[in-house]
Amino acid sequence: MTTAHTAGFVACDRCGLVYAQDCADCTRCGSALQTRAPLSLQRTMAWLMAGLIAYLPANIYPMLLTSTLLERQESTILGGVVDLVHHGSFGVAFIVFAASVVIPVGKFLALFYLVFAVRRHWAMNSHQRHVMLEIVEFIGRWSMIDVFVVAILSALVQLDTVATINPGVAAVSFALSVVFTMLAAQSLDPRLIWDEAEATP
Amino acid sequence: MIRDISEQGLFACPRCDLLHVDPEAGENCTVRCARCHAVLLAPRTGALTQVFVLAVTALILMVAAVWFPFLDLRVAGLTNKTSLLDAIFAFSSGTLLPLSFAVAALIVLIPALRFAAVAYTLWPLLRDRPPFRHARAMFRLAEVLRPWAMAEIFIVGVAVALVKVAGLASISIGPAFWAFCALVVVAALHDNYMCRWTIWKSLEQGRT
Repeated sequence: MTTAHTAGFVACDRCGLVYAQDCADCTRCGSALQTRAPLSLQRTMAWLMAGLIAYLPANIYPMLLTSTLLERQESTILGGVVDLVHHGSFGVAFIVFAASVVIPVGKFLALFYLVFAVRRHWAMNSHQRHVMLEIVEFIGRWSMIDVFVVAILSALVQLDTVATINPGVAAVSFALSVVFTMLAAQSLDPRLIWDEAEATP
Repeated sequence: MIRDISEQGLFACPRCDLLHVDPEAGENCTVRCARCHAVLLAPRTGALTQVFVLAVTALILMVAAVWFPFLDLRVAGLTNKTSLLDAIFAFSSGTLLPLSFAVAALIVLIPALRFAAVAYTLWPLLRDRPPFRHARAMFRLAEVLRPWAMAEIFIVGVAVALVKVAGLASISIGPAFWAFCALVVVAALHDNYMCRWTIWKSLEQGRT
């Protein structure tokens, strides 16, 4: 299979036009031309680390501060899921658990795996790796659900002394974690995954 | 010397860099990359018009969603009316202020900016005029913003929040909620009809 790179060209990764190696900008869409995104793996790793660092306080500190006439309650991400299960809303508990635990953790593992696989030239099906990256890119944004839930709840439930819900610090670090991992997924140049297929016949 | 002329008749898959001989697709056909199966082009008859109309519709719905009441909460005689802006500025107390800007950007500003950029790019093309100034930059912006427009995620978040408070209070749903739901559907159709390759090509032809 001939890629633009092996044929001695450089291709625009936004609109697909092909240029000679020494061209700087795409004439059609104006993007900068790069054979492969520079420092792609390092950038991915850096954003991933930042995401991981932000994800820890997101799980430790409270996400929601609920105060009613009788009690004040602080709930973390997992605490919120447990509460939902106690109330019998299993469907919603599942959605929240998937969005705020399964997706982020899965995303960390998948991206770490992809970076190491490309870096260490592990043999594996490029198709599977590419599908993995596409799933990470597609599904990563959905982690934001929990932040929006907190936003809506704290706007809705503001009934003076009877019941108020306020956002906790974890909402910020969780949102940051999602943003950092989205940037990590975007920094990984999928063309690197396919270069492996060329190297290992 | 830098040659700024593209190699004629060649096209590389933006995802995996595989070279293709300039793919030509008939109307309503989809061309996929031979190796990674990414969609390369999917031109449709009248797609530019449809995408433009959907982008404008989405903008109008966004105005409605911000303007009208979103949700009302009633408990024991107390009422709290919430608009979309209230939801956004829920975080506006103290240290969490940056988060309200982020939420505002993700659910209102970025989607609106994206639809506006697409409408700006397509309007002259539909009338067979040369593209507006900076049309390329605007369309590139629309593309960069795509993963950051989270309207559909927000609506799922609202559904989860409703289930959480459903047992505690009675909630009535306002017109803005339905406007926002419609917006999500329109945005999905918009993304589905859009063929980037066709738009880039039209922009290029319009300039010369």
